[in-house]
Amino acid sequence: MDLEFSPEYEAFRGDIATFLAANRDAAPTPNDHGLKHPRRLAWQKLLIENGLAARTIPEAYGGFGGEADILKSRIIAEEFAKSGLPRGIANQGVSMLVPTLLELGTEAQKQAFIRPTLHGEMIWCQGYSEPGAGSDLASLTTRARIDGDDYVINGQKIWTSTARHADMMFCLVRTEPDARKHHGISYLLFSMDTPGIEVRPLVDMTMRANFNEVFFTDVRVPRSQIVGQPGQGWQVANATLTHERGMLGDPNATKARLVAIAELMQRQTLDGSRLIDHPVYRDRLVALQARVYAMQANGLRVTTRQLRGEPAGMAGLIIKLQGCELNHELARLAIDAMGEIGLLYDDDGAYLEDFGRWQSSYMYDLGLIIGGGTAQIQKNIIAERGLGMPREPRPATA
Amino acid sequence: MEFALSEDQTLFQASISGFLAGQAPLDTVRDIAGGDAAAAAALRQGLAELGIDQILVPEAYGGLGLGLLDAALVAEALGGAVAPVDYIANALGALAVSAAGTPAQKARLLPALAAGKVRIGVALAEATGARADAGVQVDQGRLQGRSLFVQGLEGATHILVAAGSGGLYLVESGARGLEQTNLSTIDRTRQQAGLTYAATPAEPLGEDGDRNAALEQVIQAGHVLLAADTLGAAQVMLDKAVAYAGERKQFSRVIGSFQAVKHLCADMAAEIEPARALVWHAAYGFDSGLEDAPLLACLAKSHLSEIGTFVARTATEIHGGMGFTDLVGLHYWFKRIGTNRQLLGGPERVREKAARLQGWG
Repeated sequence: MDLEFSPEYEAFRGDIATFLAANRDAAPTPNDHGLKHPRRLAWQKLLIENGLAARTIPEAYGGFGGEADILKSRIIAEEFAKSGLPRGIANQGVSMLVPTLLELGTEAQKQAFIRPTLHGEMIWCQGYSEPGAGSDLASLTTRARIDGDDYVINGQKIWTSTARHADMMFCLVRTEPDARKHHGISYLLFSMDTPGIEVRPLVDMTMRANFNEVFFTDVRVPRSQIVGQPGQGWQVANATLTHERGMLGDPNATKARLVAIAELMQRQTLDGSRLIDHPVYRDRLVALQARVYAMQANGLRVTTRQLRGEPAGMAGLIIKLQGCELNHELARLAIDAMGEIGLLYDDDGAYLEDFGRWQSSYMYDLGLIIGGGTAQIQKNIIAERGLGMPREPRPATA
Repeated sequence: MEFALSEDQTLFQASISGFLAGQAPLDTVRDIAGGDAAAAAALRQGLAELGIDQILVPEAYGGLGLGLLDAALVAEALGGAVAPVDYIANALGALAVSAAGTPAQKARLLPALAAGKVRIGVALAEATGARADAGVQVDQGRLQGRSLFVQGLEGATHILVAAGSGGLYLVESGARGLEQTNLSTIDRTRQQAGLTYAATPAEPLGEDGDRNAALEQVIQAGHVLLAADTLGAAQVMLDKAVAYAGERKQFSRVIGSFQAVKHLCADMAAEIEPARALVWHAAYGFDSGLEDAPLLACLAKSHLSEIGTFVARTATEIHGGMGFTDLVGLHYWFKRIGTNRQLLGGPERVREKAARLQGWG
């Protein structure tokens, strides 16, 4: 047990801190609207050139070309958190498509897509969920039939974030309708400008359109734009679903929330007294603090296992479930601490706190508890894979 | 950076657990809980031979010179087996003497402690929240008053007493004016008692200046060890629930195949796993003097109290009616966890301390 870093890593940490301090002015701000704002793209380029983004992606594909080093990745994350500067792009293209292409893409696909995706010039959306295929994703029915050199796609996707701004989609479609459900799916890549695609914004409980519906009517995609073999799309997609679950429930982000709520409770008052001095609210804060610290320590344990090349085991399986639930609980405390102030939303008066982030979080985080594998699906996984409990017997008709 | 147990630590813990599985099965726990003093002494002796009382004694005094993390691994194994031994009190005694004792006190007590000739009980409850008429005053080197919920008096040669005015005092078991009243609690695996002092001679532990710091250290360590004991008990309750759900059939299926049951088990696992890392972190923090160590100890104690209670209740429920019976004996774990929750401060009390440590309230 040793939480100290070796001198080599401490020196690396010092370099990162120095770099971030020196380049603070180059970072985009929340006012630099738009995914492709020039400041955002310039910042991403600077980060990649200095090994702070796309660190382990080969140079030939536009990455930094560094060796995989879990501790260095961790140090980079910690130093960004300390600096408060925005990290490199971590959208679905970077986090899910790029690893998939590196593992299973053709050379032509790697050459065409990885560099612009990493540099933020090509935005992707993910076409997985359908109205009838949520937790049971493999039952998806969007159909792609072969016609000459093309696939012709008909059907509908839902919960497609950034679809309105995306250049491209990576999409699961059914290509072999007669095969067993996990074996008839293919993984296709295509431009969102392809004729026959219609995107409709889906307004959620936050009253913003964080997601979309996407409709396909005779959308023609060249057969070469498949990743992996026809019928292997389920395996291709599963190679990256684990990345998505890892993204949801990051303990460092949760720690940052805790700190922000403690500050909020030192600003906000009830009957003229700070909320932090109110024993009941304070008790809730400390109870949640213990959970946050536990998840952080759990993260250290997972990192150590990764360093040793061991599977993360139960410590890894619980992260999505616990991390998302904890984030939601933290937002709930922030709102309860604010009381009626916590009801303000899209209000431009003097009383709104933290730009309304807790109100948005409390609602949006409910979506994250569901997305990327619902809490109930996570519990099945924990029980079956982690505890070795028996699977639910399949209904005879399925 | 390595956040994992060493191979030595894993093997040591496995040796304790293995010994307990062989020498302290539930039937033996029942016998000792029912008052079998010979069986209790034999179990204490066997564990002493494995070195558990030497962990926190420095090597210079004949001990193993290990840390609180190692002691926590023992506590976890003991909690897992609901072992009817008072380990934590004696461990805290060793820690207090090592941390705060004068050179003469260390030379007199520590080698004897490592050899099993000295055992220390602890009367600390008044430093973490005095109940009823408890309270200890010091007057010219004599103790006056009453301690409640004193731990580890069985076989003890000395008692470490926290005085109301601050500081720690050592009292010999046969001292003048000392009277013991046993307290019968829900948890028969560890004895608890009240002590009254009537002008009882007491020796201050260490020099004046260090004594409050030593008391604080002892409480921190106690919080971590109680959290570890609960961790062990909770993990075993989950394991038992999973095993039972894999055997018990209703509606022609093992009940573990029902999501209603499976999800309760997943909830328990999801709480226990990060809690284990928190206990390690708190123990490591204590050993390496992390700035956060006092906070981590509070968070570990209060959090393990909460998740322990959840697991105790949920695992019992999964056993259905059988979980409620003495025959299955799950209640020994339930009561162990319930007792650890209250000792040295319940979760609300400990969180209040955590808040104060951060300048809140």
